[in-house]
Amino acid sequence: MTTSYYGQPVIKEPTWTPEIPFYLFSGGLAGASAPLAYLAERRGNDVLARRAWAVAFAGVSVSPALLISDLGVPSRFLNMLRLFKVTSPMSVGSWILAASGGAMTLAAADALLGLFPGLGAVAKPVSAALGLPLSTYTGALLAQTSVPVWHEARRELPFVFGASAAASAGAAATVLSPVRAAGPARRLAIGGAVAQMAGLFAMEKRLGDLGEPYELPPAKTFKRAAQVLTLAGTATIAAGAGRSRAAAVAGGAALLGGVLAERWSVFKAGFQSARDPKYTVAPQRERIASGRSRGASRKVPA
Amino acid sequence: MTLAVQTYGPEARARRGFFTDTSVCIGCKACEVACKEWNHVPDDNQGFSGHSYDNSVDLGADRWRHVAFVEQPKEQLGPIPSAPGNGLSTYQDGDSLRWLMASDVCKHCTHAGCLDACPTGALFRTEYDTVVVQSDICNGCGYCVPACPFGVIDKRESDGKAWKCTLCYDRLKDDKEPACAQACPTNSIQYGELGDLRERAEKRLAQLQGAGAEKAQLYLADDEDGVGGAGAFFLLLDDPEVYGLPPDPIDPTYDVGTTWGATAAAALALGAGVVAAALLGGRGR
Repeated sequence: MTTSYYGQPVIKEPTWTPEIPFYLFSGGLAGASAPLAYLAERRGNDVLARRAWAVAFAGVSVSPALLISDLGVPSRFLNMLRLFKVTSPMSVGSWILAASGGAMTLAAADALLGLFPGLGAVAKPVSAALGLPLSTYTGALLAQTSVPVWHEARRELPFVFGASAAASAGAAATVLSPVRAAGPARRLAIGGAVAQMAGLFAMEKRLGDLGEPYELPPAKTFKRAAQVLTLAGTATIAAGAGRSRAAAVAGGAALLGGVLAERWSVFKAGFQSARDPKYTVAPQRERIASGRSRGASRKVPA
Repeated sequence: MTLAVQTYGPEARARRGFFTDTSVCIGCKACEVACKEWNHVPDDNQGFSGHSYDNSVDLGADRWRHVAFVEQPKEQLGPIPSAPGNGLSTYQDGDSLRWLMASDVCKHCTHAGCLDACPTGALFRTEYDTVVVQSDICNGCGYCVPACPFGVIDKRESDGKAWKCTLCYDRLKDDKEPACAQACPTNSIQYGELGDLRERAEKRLAQLQGAGAEKAQLYLADDEDGVGGAGAFFLLLDDPEVYGLPPDPIDPTYDVGTTWGATAAAALALGAGVVAAALLGGRGR
């Protein structure tokens, strides 16, 4: 039982609106679709490549709209690019997203409409490369806060988000592509889903008691939904998506739902973790008791 | 002792701050009122919290000073120090309670999580080493809100921007003390150059410890803590969490290297995963 001031939170809950977990999803979807599209094209699989470029473009177009709508003063969205600041994942991420948006739009224009082929030839590998940090920086975005359940998972969150980005990109391309062309997408979906489950397991181990918000509603509800949908989707893709388009669509859709629910569970757990002062105070008291504190309080005069 | 953050060169002024000596706070809330008046901070909760005399509840976008009221029943306490003349009459026989009152404020950290997190540069460090939001630049992204280890800064619903104590930057420019400090009738809130305030605080801590206040402690008065020392520091009569303060706050930016390392490694792993998925099945499959 930790002491608190009338049970009031010590830190503030994030002010982020529901747009943010949807952005975590759309950003990751775009980020992992771009390298999938690029490599598929390089391997001569244009059928898959065109669809993955379309997904990347869709994801990277929706993302800024979601982020701008979350701002308190949306008309000032360009202030995000006033500076570049490595201590702020929000700043670094804004630049990554802005660059990805430009590159993926040009890449999709070339791949889908045949526009600007010269620029497209440059934009495609650039998109593929930028997609990787676009998929994982959102882990840093959450981790670099004082929210205990996010900050203490700083080593795992980027892996979890990168893996779920892979799973969602693979799932989307599996849904959209003919079975014959979707081999790489299926492998990415299954590999990403397995890696996501492994990452979540590692995160839970790291958090220990601090991970309790994941076992409380509403995060728990999203977590259970994520587990069920991810397992069902992955199993369906593994078992049937190589033969049946229906299985590919069903499995891919379930896995997409699983990834989205996973983003929501992480988002919601952070709010719960900020709201209850025990998650802030207890680990800090533990640091003090074990001599690992940085020492904010001093009873002995200097 | 390095008091200054030293980002201003010759324009830098001596670091200013608050020493809040909670042992002489009487809970009059003049600081809350003076702050609202001077800074045009909008009104907020007009209701009844049920938490002793505290109806403003916490710091936030519309509360830049907040007075906490802690009631501790006699049976929870050890020996109660009340030597006459030391300003320690916190225990009231009639109520069988010890009253702790404390005026909380933005800490103006040396390593400020809010400032590190701000992507627009709206949050900046002044020549007095205080931390201030420029409301004409803030776009209300809200990233500073969960970054602060003390839960100080928050987004105002009416205009969507982040707000917090400015340590009366406008008054400092005119060589005036901040409104809360000027209004404080007991000198619980002391304003001045940080070096002077720290010296004063040491004397007061020694005096209180000498009078038997065993739990009296200075909070954020040193440079080695998790925020590199604070411009606003406190003398508390009990543990920080009793007043709603974190006992070992750390600026999340201390770990930014680890976080970026994990982010880069995860990006590379994702790249390897996509390459493996694309290549394993053979051409076009």
